[in-house]
Amino acid sequence: MTEILIKNGFVVDPRNKINCEKMDIAIKDNKIVQKVNEKTAQIIDASGLTVMAGGVDIHSHIAGAEVNTGRIIRPEDHYKDPVRKTSITRGGTGYSIPSTFVTGYRYSAMGYTSVFNGSIAPMKAKHAHEELNDIPLIDKGTYILSGDWWFVLENLAKGDIDECARLVSWLIHSTRGYAIKVVNPGGLESWGFGRNVHSIDDQVPNFDITPREIMRGLIKVNKKLNMPHTIHLHTNNLGIPGNYQTTLDTMNALEDLSTDGKPVAHITHVQFCAFKGENWRKFKSGAEDIAKYMNNHTHMTMDMGQVTFSDTTTMTADGPFEFSLYELGGHLKWVNSDVETESSGGIIPFHYKRNSPVSALQWSIGLELALLIKDPWKIFMTTDHPNGGPFYDYPKVLAWLYSKKAREATLKRCHKSARKKSLLPSIDRELSLYEIAIMTRAGTAQALGLPNKGHLGIGADADVAIFNINPETLDIAQKFRTARKAFANAAYTLKDGTIVAKDGQVVNSQIPGRTIWVDAQTKDPCRIDDEMKRKFKEYWTIEYENYPVTDHYVKVSDKLSVKASV
Amino acid sequence: MITLTALREFSVPIQAPCITPENFKDKTLAEIKKLPATEGNRNVTLADLFKIEQSPQETPNITLNGDLSKVKRVGQAMKTGEIVINGNIGMHTGEKMAGGKITINGNAGCWTGSEMKKGTIEIHGDGGDYLASPYRGNDLGMKGGLITVDGNVGTDVGCHLKGGIIKIKGSAGRFIGYHMTDGAIYVEKDCDVRTGACMSGGKIVVGGTLEILPSFTIDSIKPKVKVDDTTNVAGPFYVFLGDRSEHGTGKIFANKTANPALQFYEKYL
Repeated sequence: MTEILIKNGFVVDPRNKINCEKMDIAIKDNKIVQKVNEKTAQIIDASGLTVMAGGVDIHSHIAGAEVNTGRIIRPEDHYKDPVRKTSITRGGTGYSIPSTFVTGYRYSAMGYTSVFNGSIAPMKAKHAHEELNDIPLIDKGTYILSGDWWFVLENLAKGDIDECARLVSWLIHSTRGYAIKVVNPGGLESWGFGRNVHSIDDQVPNFDITPREIMRGLIKVNKKLNMPHTIHLHTNNLGIPGNYQTTLDTMNALEDLSTDGKPVAHITHVQFCAFKGENWRKFKSGAEDIAKYMNNHTHMTMDMGQVTFSDTTTMTADGPFEFSLYELGGHLKWVNSDVETESSGGIIPFHYKRNSPVSALQWSIGLELALLIKDPWKIFMTTDHPNGGPFYDYPKVLAWLYSKKAREATLKRCHKSARKKSLLPSIDRELSLYEIAIMTRAGTAQALGLPNKGHLGIGADADVAIFNINPETLDIAQKFRTARKAFANAAYTLKDGTIVAKDGQVVNSQIPGRTIWVDAQTKDPCRIDDEMKRKFKEYWTIEYENYPVTDHYVKVSDKLSVKASV
Repeated sequence: MITLTALREFSVPIQAPCITPENFKDKTLAEIKKLPATEGNRNVTLADLFKIEQSPQETPNITLNGDLSKVKRVGQAMKTGEIVINGNIGMHTGEKMAGGKITINGNAGCWTGSEMKKGTIEIHGDGGDYLASPYRGNDLGMKGGLITVDGNVGTDVGCHLKGGIIKIKGSAGRFIGYHMTDGAIYVEKDCDVRTGACMSGGKIVVGGTLEILPSFTIDSIKPKVKVDDTTNVAGPFYVFLGDRSEHGTGKIFANKTANPALQFYEKYL
């Protein structure tokens, strides 16, 4: 039994409405408690430091077949950032697609304790879980690509929401997933035939359904299953100029599904969905329109997908988008895949350069969105690791958010398109530590439906990040470099009540981290008939019996049971 | 001038990126002797590997003697000065070089002049594989400078070439000029298969036999070709454009007399 007392820190805990108050946090075992015995407990002196809950990343590609294929095609990405082993940590490689252990260490050094994996195709779930098992120090979960799974398309086309819900429940259970991920609905199925869908009302080939019906159907399914997270949505036409209209159409199409003002969908990496203009030459920012919509509506949440100017690797299940990127980006390396009856995929190495007009504007669109959307509970900070930049650039993104001076410094160094074609130079808003805590921990945990994460109230998980920032003496907007350094190297990171990192260095790598997955218990079990088994035999390379992820694949399993209404 | 002579025959790879004129400049002999290198998995100093002597002679700045085929990264990122190597040298010699000159009186290892920007490398023996090509996975090919080889070279020479000139007196292996976008390669003798695959610019001049990929189209016949300011090669040459599978406009000059097998292309002119 361990007891820890974090004394005299400035606590920032938006969920419990605590803003930079000097107070103590008591930890017993792996939970936060009212108080501990001060004489026997281990004391962490946090005077002059900021205490927050451990970071919760809502969207980051850290495991799965895409990530691993990305590693394989980019040897040059690894040899520029080798990581030596120490007596505590294992060796590996870093940069845009770090090895599993380095992923855990580097997240932990920044004060993150929970990370949710962007997407995996159901068929590749076993691989993803093997990788997740090898990521230490953080809790993790993974979203399951369900939007173009044949059984979902068939049932939604029939209009059978209840049966679809049972199937999705079976799918999430058998892949040990956390939420429903929808990528370019309809587009991935079309990509199998070399086509794409270009609006939310285009017909999906071979299925009598449109993207609008897929999204609406899966939101209804998500509600029936009482899933903790909303559906996780990657919109149609992503990364194509003029797509802000598609994004607005999508948000409009889902509005009536929200009852009592609660979010029904999470649009991920929204920066890539806010492009205006007919082509790349006339490329402009559509952030203002989206921000205006978001300020007047409550049925969506978003994350940024910020571009950070780095040589990175883009990877997504959106195969057609990666193809258009391949056509743009010089015909070097491109991975294209069609995951049987489930999804597609693509990988392209991409260098976001400061002097490129498109990259510079993408950089400003991400920040515009985060700053123009007034409520930080609606938009969260991510780089869509590694699509916009690797996750170790988070401190940079934070600096751009909390300091106009930092934005000006970067604006000076990048292409003039960022200044001319966006509103960013006119935005004066600088986020406070309280708002930062919402965008990186409290808000994401709330959107994910994790009651024990993202805050420091009694009963919460003892995941704590302490930063060397004194809100009384340090003006983070002016001294943004000092604060950025503090966010990059957490003074202390506690995972499950154990100090795992200190001053940006991992000091204990033995905490494996749990894999959180959802078990949506339906009243009637999913109907697995001979017809379904026949389809598995005929169309999948994996048969029905071998399809589910069995328990031994998940090393430290943390099942979240919910009661479904079907 | 600093002279380094190998103390023994090396059996494991040695990494010695410290051997550059910039690094030796303004250092006493004792300080140079203490410069770090690695031998296999052990950290050593230069004095453990070489007999190091100083002489008042100004150029070349550094001379290396002995069989150095295990010694890697000599002259890495050098900007000025001159290195003379009397013997064979190992991999990555002159990598990321930005100026100065390296003369190799022996055979060079693989990746010599990789990611080179400026300067000159003279190889008086054979060049290895991946001469002037970037390391695995990269597209950062040679951007400028001159490499001359008296002997033959191996495979994948001048990959992703973006500028600069490579002149080879002997023959070349497969995939010469793979994915090159600019610059020039001149091979006096034969090339193995897949010459200029995926090239989108620049030129490859071949005096001997070669294979033309089906994705190249014939453009014209030219009596001579200019490789650089000092080299004009007399032909006649078939000029091929490609690689069309990459929408490329690179040029391959194939010697007409050495390649009678290419005669059938003439009917498409």
